[in-house]
Amino acid sequence: MLLEIKGLSVYYGVIQALKGIDFSVDRGEIVALIGANGAGKTTTLHTISGMIEPKAGEINFEGKDISKVPGHLRVNMGIAQVPEGRRVFADMTVEENLKMGAYTRRDKAELNDTMSMIFDRFPRLKERRNQISGTLSGGEQQMLAMGRALMSKPSILLLDEPSMGLSPIMVNEVFDIIRSVHEDGTTVLLVEQNAKKALNIADRAYVLETGSITTSGNASDLLEDDSIRKAYLGD
Amino acid sequence: MMSFLTSFVNGLSLGSIYAIIALGYTMVYGIAKMLNFAHGDFIMVGCYIIFIFSSNLGLNPVAAILIAIVLCTLLGITTERVAYRPLRNAASPLAVLITAIGVSYFLENLALLIFGADTKSFTSVVPWAGISLFGGSLQIQGITIVTILVSLLILIFLQLFVHKTREGQAMLAVSQDRGAAMLMGIDVNKTITLTFAIGSALAAVAGALLASAYPSLTPYTGAMPGIKAFVAAVLGGIGSIPGAMIGGLVLGIIEILSRTYISSQLADAIVFGILVVVLIVRPTGILGKNIQEKV
Ligand SMILES: Nc1ncnc2c1ncn2[C@@H]1O[C@H](COP(=O)(O)OP(=O)(O)OP(=O)(O)O)[C@@H](O)[C@H]1O
Ligand SMILES: [Mg+2]
Repeated sequence: MLLEIKGLSVYYGVIQALKGIDFSVDRGEIVALIGANGAGKTTTLHTISGMIEPKAGEINFEGKDISKVPGHLRVNMGIAQVPEGRRVFADMTVEENLKMGAYTRRDKAELNDTMSMIFDRFPRLKERRNQISGTLSGGEQQMLAMGRALMSKPSILLLDEPSMGLSPIMVNEVFDIIRSVHEDGTTVLLVEQNAKKALNIADRAYVLETGSITTSGNASDLLEDDSIRKAYLGD
Repeated sequence: MMSFLTSFVNGLSLGSIYAIIALGYTMVYGIAKMLNFAHGDFIMVGCYIIFIFSSNLGLNPVAAILIAIVLCTLLGITTERVAYRPLRNAASPLAVLITAIGVSYFLENLALLIFGADTKSFTSVVPWAGISLFGGSLQIQGITIVTILVSLLILIFLQLFVHKTREGQAMLAVSQDRGAAMLMGIDVNKTITLTFAIGSALAAVAGALLASAYPSLTPYTGAMPGIKAFVAAVLGGIGSIPGAMIGGLVLGIIEILSRTYISSQLADAIVFGILVVVLIVRPTGILGKNIQEKV
């Protein structure tokens, strides 16, 4: 297992947002985490990245519990996140944002290689490399947030609702990119409200409801599951 | 004409001191997202340290300033660690603001306890008498020239530091989005500590220059310049480094010109009046960014 979550509990003050959840992501998988608004998806990703401290539970990454490791040190271990709402550095240019993504990497030459790889993957970013990021369109900002996360060469990429607020064409483009990043060897944990798209791309999936995981299984099975279809696929 | 030039140069010099203080205010505000109301009192602490080592113990002024810089830096780091950091994620942003006011009173009263309320006379750290131009009709003091040059050097240094170093880039990232900065692998705590260290070191430098130009030292020496520097930072656009510089210079010049040509009693009222007018016309300050709501 690349990532194994055990009994993870997270509180905001007295409110329990995660009620002891267990799940895992194997190397090379795409795992989807789906659920309604407020289910705790973002909380889960924030806890894995170390933005929030759990009250109880383990976050085992490559066999080691990292739940006490300061968040900023987890980037170098191979965990990168594309946060909800993109959160690009709005006053910085596209290129400066990408460089921030490689903050933990010291080797300049290697960094330039990664940057050209990112520009190959996102030609729009290359055209706009000197544009101030706050002036990019929503779709372009999503590309930038993904490119920025990839600059650290993560072994696992955590994506929080990458399709949010995008046009259908843009959504397809984003999912194509996720697929190709995965094909190049990056493991993906994908949080989505667009359950249909997520289940189509994923190997396995977990359903989160008010802080607990209620269903899990192969994505293709969940696509056929009646209660899932009713609750999350709008059938 | 010469009296105008003299006032202008003096204004530039006072403004340079405000600018150095305002730089500390604006960096801490931009990166740690808090108003360190004790910042002015760090200046006072710096002044007393220099006073002890230079005026009392007879140490070389430059060495005394270096000691003050080191001790003020430690004071800034300690204050942040002990008083501000535990409240960083407090439910209300007022908690840390009130704590800062508390730190301010604490430092003032501590100085009162140690040094008493009587005014100490401070020996200028710049022994150079200065220059005399136009056949003696324009006299510029050494401390005035040194002050202006030092503030320019500090501005250049800070701009290079913020835009050309890794630590500076981390500061920019933290100032824009603390959470996203952490996701880049930036140690947010360390970055904020560094910001306090720089701001406090600048306060010590400002203290040396201020007390040399206006050589009377009391526990409240830093309070008023601190507030005016805060005004300067807001005037220039809080969070902006060049803004703090411009705001400081504008404020100093206006203050001295008002003192000379209007009324020395009214000078402060005029300074604050101008702040109000500028903020009505340009709420984000001279160089502040227009705050646009983004979806
Ligand atoms: N900073 C916070 N303080 C207090 N409560 C919070 C905070 N962040 C999230 N919560 C609460 O925790 C619960 C889970 O929130 P979370 O953001 O993880 O949900 P989500 O599944 O990502 O939802 P969405 O699909 O809307 O993004 C919600 O009830 C939310 O109100
Ligand atoms: Mg969310």
